[in-house]
Amino acid sequence: MAPKRPKSGRSSAGSKGKDKGKKTQPPTPQDKPGHPDEIFPLVLTSATQELFGCRTDEDVTRESLYKLLKKDNIIQDIKTRAAVSDFSPVKQIVLDYPEEEMLLVFDRSFTYGQCFYLVLTPEAKDRILSPPEPETPEAFESEVSKTPQPKLWISLGSEQEIDEESVTETREKLCYKFSRVRRKFGVPVCFSDRNTAAAKDSYLECASYQDSRFSIKQMQRDCGTQAVPRLQSSSAQTQWRFQKNICTQYYPRELHEEDIDSTVQAESLTNLFNSVTPRVLQALQQEEIMNVFLDDCKALGTLAETDDWSGKVSEDLVLHYAFTNQKYTKDKKISSINWHPTIFGVIAVALTDKKKVQLDESSASIGIVFYSFSDPSNPQLLLECPCDISAFEFNPSNPNIIVGGCVTGQVVLWDISAHITCLQGTGIFDRDDNKENNTPAACYCAVSALQSSRKDPITDVQWLPQTFEVTRRGLPMENIYKVSVQVVTCSPCSTVMFWDVRVPQMLNQSLSGRQQNVDQKTPITPDSVPATFKHLDQTWKPLLRISLPKIDNSGEYAPFKFSLQHYAYNGNTGTSGNSEKAHENDSTEDIPDYSQLRAPSAQTLTALEDVNTKFYFGTEDGEIVYTDWKLEKDESGRLHSAKPLSCFRTHQGLVNTIQRSPFFKDIILTSGGWNFAIWKEGFMDGPIVMSPSSEQQYTAGCWSLSRPAVFFIGKEDGSIEVWNLLESTSEPAHIHAHITSAKITCVKPWTVSPKLHFLAVTDDLGMLRVFEIPKTFYVPSRTESSSVMAELEKIRLKNLKWDEMQVKMKKEAEELKKKMQEPDKPVKLQHENREENMKEYSHYLTLEENVLKGLGL
Amino acid sequence: MAEVEETLKRIQGQKGVQGIIIVNSEGIPVKTTLDNSSTVQYAGLIHQLVMKARSTVRDIDPQNDLTFLRVRSKKNEIMIAPDKDYFLIVIQNPSD
Repeated sequence: MAPKRPKSGRSSAGSKGKDKGKKTQPPTPQDKPGHPDEIFPLVLTSATQELFGCRTDEDVTRESLYKLLKKDNIIQDIKTRAAVSDFSPVKQIVLDYPEEEMLLVFDRSFTYGQCFYLVLTPEAKDRILSPPEPETPEAFESEVSKTPQPKLWISLGSEQEIDEESVTETREKLCYKFSRVRRKFGVPVCFSDRNTAAAKDSYLECASYQDSRFSIKQMQRDCGTQAVPRLQSSSAQTQWRFQKNICTQYYPRELHEEDIDSTVQAESLTNLFNSVTPRVLQALQQEEIMNVFLDDCKALGTLAETDDWSGKVSEDLVLHYAFTNQKYTKDKKISSINWHPTIFGVIAVALTDKKKVQLDESSASIGIVFYSFSDPSNPQLLLECPCDISAFEFNPSNPNIIVGGCVTGQVVLWDISAHITCLQGTGIFDRDDNKENNTPAACYCAVSALQSSRKDPITDVQWLPQTFEVTRRGLPMENIYKVSVQVVTCSPCSTVMFWDVRVPQMLNQSLSGRQQNVDQKTPITPDSVPATFKHLDQTWKPLLRISLPKIDNSGEYAPFKFSLQHYAYNGNTGTSGNSEKAHENDSTEDIPDYSQLRAPSAQTLTALEDVNTKFYFGTEDGEIVYTDWKLEKDESGRLHSAKPLSCFRTHQGLVNTIQRSPFFKDIILTSGGWNFAIWKEGFMDGPIVMSPSSEQQYTAGCWSLSRPAVFFIGKEDGSIEVWNLLESTSEPAHIHAHITSAKITCVKPWTVSPKLHFLAVTDDLGMLRVFEIPKTFYVPSRTESSSVMAELEKIRLKNLKWDEMQVKMKKEAEELKKKMQEPDKPVKLQHENREENMKEYSHYLTLEENVLKGLGL
Repeated sequence: MAEVEETLKRIQGQKGVQGIIIVNSEGIPVKTTLDNSSTVQYAGLIHQLVMKARSTVRDIDPQNDLTFLRVRSKKNEIMIAPDKDYFLIVIQNPSD
């Protein structure tokens, strides 16, 4: 079907232009539902089509859409076929049609719903027929570029106004010519001003005036308006020309018109108080009554800690382990015990024969036995030595080095680094191995030279701390190796000796030669003897020997135990306490091999001025002596030991313990005989605290490691007393009776963990028992150390005062005696009485002392 | 006026009372028994606190209002009683 040709010529791009041009075109026929009035869609049957010669696609095709039909033909057809005729709907219109021919358009695309439509009016016919021609592009162009044509000007009277307004010349222009007098040509001109107002008639003025003849009322005025925005935004930038900081200071507002206000307030204030007072008072009273915010449970906890819990918790020492071994400990007593400083649960005990048997040098005996918690019945390690050991100590820098003092007066060294695995951890898991009863034994590395003159056993042995060492003259020097290298021993043959573990400097070369000899000489050659101290074996001699002359008369003390003050390097705490250990051995445990260490010459070391070279020692007779180990020069220039600084006979038996408190550097506990005493270094008048004599001898003592005020005393009857300085100095805090049936020889505490504290107790029968210290004795109170200090100070001052009083009393007694010759002094009587009492008391004291002495000795 | 004084004395006489401050609604102290600097400090700080507390209470329930505010610290207790135009601050040292 032919594409729709809208009546107005639309439906094709080309015809769109046509549309615009044709303004008279009817409304667009593009509307499907309706059709313009001037056309009428028709359906023509094929018969009709044949009749009129408008068969689709034959007569009328896309190109030729139009068919002019004669009107008469149509009418005839209508008449012939009447209602059946296709043209019947338009019958009337056809009859009215003015022209001869009607246009039939082939509506290919059924624009109006039918395939044909009949154009009903001649105008439309013309329109349809003719417009197709201008469908050419030429028409398209002409319509687009049509420019407006200028129209002829029609005069409306405006040229008159223009004429009136325009300026025209009314007459001819006049021309004036001015010239100067000839003779003035070339002469300089001089101009001057002339005020027109000055000269008369020099100007003509035509002033404006209000002409009353006419007045113009301005009816119309041209004025222009411009819309201006009401809001205007502008910005300004300040230049910070003078840079300065700005600060703000404010002060609180205060009522200036206080007076006015107060009068005003009278009313409102009363209201305020009326409403508020009851509440406030109630709140205040609440506060007074009780503290509602106090947390009772929390308070209970803190209070409970400080309580001693006496009576509620058992204060007994709980036995944890008991070590004994028939094989090794038969007939032996334990003379010294030490906990292993690093390995948990390992204790070493030194065994000595109860009977004093002279042992052969060549035969090795078991000197030290190591026990471990893991196996109470079998010792883990044995240390052999030529004779019984009466005292030993682990090297603080290297626990593998042990020094021991023999009953023969020799000093022995062991190096157990090879056997350390026996002590560590094997016990806990490998129980089978231990039951083999093949306890490993380590032989000693070195033993000092035996001198026949010295038969007294070495009773105390201590390593000098690693912070300093002592030279041959007894001067403390800086220890460059930072390990403990020197040992101090004492023995009742009234010497204190300092031994050095290093290779002595001058003997370096000769020693190397000797070493080989020594190898051959050593009678005991076990399989593996560490060569750490080979340089010392058999040839070891003390570095420094100090004799201890008595303070008041000639003779010497027989020291039994001593106590050095530990020196912390870089601190001004001279700690060479009273230890008679002049032996400073360079035990280089950590890195340097001991065998490689050489004793440096005294000049190369820096002297330490602040080391305290004074120490305490206790003698066989129960005296506590305070002396200095530094050698002095006497009149003849020889070096000799100084006289002691103080000496007190406090104990009635040999002093078996002299130990510094682990918390205070200058508090020393000594026990011996039937009592113990607490000393403060520097306080030369005697002990601060002296316990009353007890029924049994005190045979061992040690400070508690966690509580500054607590210490343990072991007695002859096998019981242990726990003393608390803060509670009482005259009776023990707790007595743990009958721990063992024999005399207690050693007591040593050990802290494993903050909750686990052990106390090792040894006795005469060779048994070692380990107890756990109950909580009451290892938990310190908060202020315990300061309390102890305060307590001791108090006691000291009390003693001082008492002494002073005593002195005063004595003086008064003397005075009184003098005045006694004059009977007329009633005042004297009072003095007399008092003095007599004092005298009696002092007599009594001396008597008591004498009696005790008699008992003790 | 005398009544006011008498009531003040009564409050002051309670055990542990360290000081009393009366502050108006703007936070300016009107009457005080403490020294000036402390008064000013207390007044300024507590005024803000009371405003905050009051607004908190009223935000939660507009029908509600703050009647009393107690601030308890380690060393003492501050009691604030708000009213329409003023509030009363009392500083007390608790008994223990």
